[in-house]
Amino acid sequence: MRRAFAPWSDPNAKPLIRFDNVTKRFGDAVAVDHLSLNIFEGEFFCLLGPSGCGKTTLMRMLAGFETPSEGSITLGDQNLAGVPPYRRPVNMMFQSYALFPHMSVEKNIAFGLKQDGMPKDQIAERVGEMLRLVQLEKLARRYPSQLSGGQRQRVALARALAKKPKVLLLDEPLGALDKKLREETQFELMDIQHDLHMTFVVVTHDQEEAMTMADRIAVMDHGRIVQVATPGEIYEQPRTRFIAEFVGDVNILEGHVQGQENGLWRVKTPSAQVPLTIDDPDEVLHSGQAVAIAVRPEKMVIQRDPPGPTAINVLTGEVWDIGYLGDWTVYRVRLATGEILRVTRANASRFVENPIDWDEQVYVTFAPDAAVILAE
Amino acid sequence: MMERTLTRRLTAGLVPTVPYLWLGVLFLVPFLIVLKISLSDPAVAQPPYKPVFEWSDIAGFFSGLDLENFELLTQDDLYFRATLSSVRIAAISTLLLLLVGFPIAYGMARAPERSRSLLVALVILPFWTSFLIRIYAWVAILKPEGLLTQALMELGLISEPLDILNTETAVYIGIVYAYLPFMVLPLYATLEKMDDTLLEAALDLGSTPWRSFWTITVPLAMPGIIAGSLLGFIPAVGEFVIPDLLGGSETLMIGRQLWSEFFSNRDWPLASAVAILLLIVLVMPIVIYRDVEARRLEARP
Repeated sequence: MRRAFAPWSDPNAKPLIRFDNVTKRFGDAVAVDHLSLNIFEGEFFCLLGPSGCGKTTLMRMLAGFETPSEGSITLGDQNLAGVPPYRRPVNMMFQSYALFPHMSVEKNIAFGLKQDGMPKDQIAERVGEMLRLVQLEKLARRYPSQLSGGQRQRVALARALAKKPKVLLLDEPLGALDKKLREETQFELMDIQHDLHMTFVVVTHDQEEAMTMADRIAVMDHGRIVQVATPGEIYEQPRTRFIAEFVGDVNILEGHVQGQENGLWRVKTPSAQVPLTIDDPDEVLHSGQAVAIAVRPEKMVIQRDPPGPTAINVLTGEVWDIGYLGDWTVYRVRLATGEILRVTRANASRFVENPIDWDEQVYVTFAPDAAVILAE
Repeated sequence: MMERTLTRRLTAGLVPTVPYLWLGVLFLVPFLIVLKISLSDPAVAQPPYKPVFEWSDIAGFFSGLDLENFELLTQDDLYFRATLSSVRIAAISTLLLLLVGFPIAYGMARAPERSRSLLVALVILPFWTSFLIRIYAWVAILKPEGLLTQALMELGLISEPLDILNTETAVYIGIVYAYLPFMVLPLYATLEKMDDTLLEAALDLGSTPWRSFWTITVPLAMPGIIAGSLLGFIPAVGEFVIPDLLGGSETLMIGRQLWSEFFSNRDWPLASAVAILLLIVLVMPIVIYRDVEARRLEARP
């Protein structure tokens, strides 16, 4: 069982890492823009964003390879300004792994311990422990060039964990692995993090990876954090259209607010004949405001038969494409406006009589609370 | 079809023999001639050695050969001292070359990518002038009333003229100057390939920049260090021009000895024996290096 772990919602909790109004400029380019962020002890924290969003720069500032142009970074009670990388209680697993090619696996893992002047027998013990943790006992004397990609990844992890850092930084840790291995390793990383009760900060551009592993995700764009929340919140309550589109698949319908009835918003959109009814009570909107309605594909229902006259949120269109993925089927439905909706349906039974076919007229509906209103 | 495979086979068989042919004609044959001369006796003739080879008298040819010249080499310790002194001067020069060349190569490898090829060209540039002229230029720089003395006196760093021409120091300066590109280029080639994130990883794991240099950069640059050292050491041992022009009469080097045996004493057989000795001295480090390299590759495929 995963613990109920949410120090970020406790106002008295003291963060382990604090970014305080941090800006990083490279010449004229702003990589990180007045960013503030708290990360708590024991958290599995993901920095998610497209390439060039500043997430790697943020991590490199934490490791000490870049210095902030403005603002401060604190780790525990220590202000990290002016502390060189080799004096920070932080270790990093590099995207390219950066294993030392002239050292065997065990020498690679022992490298950091040796720098601390740990006695030889303790080093050997700790290296053995690490090798067991990543299940590489048999390959201790091999050189990096003799290992597969997956094995190298494990060596890099073991090397970064060996010094028991306060914070482990992982830069695209699974980027170089194939899909199957990536999935397995995701769960292994989670187990290791949980067992060692260490703080992990992961940089990734892969939203699936972030969703699977993280306690919280910070979605970044153009050097700023757009939203920091749990994976569930990011997915179900995206704050902006960028997040809705970046994390998972989404259908966006544009329209204008007509008003509020019984706590439900009425939104007029060219995509549907009748104004849509949306249950998103947290939003504060005014009549006539331009909004985007975001609905996840799996929260839409596709059917051939017309829904009853009392049905709400009905869209009509024709089936444009069908993609069969085994566990899911993806329907691409073309509306009269030319918009393409993406609707998924779980293939819960093995045989379906008379399934929906290409070019058929279909009705797509969704519940009022399936949608999120995003102010434009 | 048949023809094509035949020509293809012929060319495939011939191509590997090209380097052997080259070595055979330009190294092995001259070497055998030198070897033969070294086993002959000197003569006042043209050329100044005997016997001249005649097919009709093969037995006489072989009976004319003996190890007298090599014996002479062992009897007079001049040759031993000259060899030792050459190896010492070459070894010190190689160390100096490393000390001067490494920072240059390191700087080049860290320079912005677009300026690197220019830097490489600048390193090679001195080759466009005659070697001899460049060494003569150093005479002008190093002589007591030369440029170096003038410059240092202008700056007030010294009050009396420097007397380094015709000393071993001048020989070191000359060798380091002349062979620097041979040290810098192989070093640059290995350092340029090095992955910078390895150094970041070392820093991240708690190693100071200085220690990272010794534990990561130097071991990874080792192929370049060895190649550059051999390229500097080998010609430096046999160097003749630099000690002759810059070194004093006390600077004992085997190349110089070789020259004086050939041209001053006109004792070609003895000179050839010195040449053979020099070759043995030079082949040794290469054989050792190859052996070490083979063992290293065996341990880590």
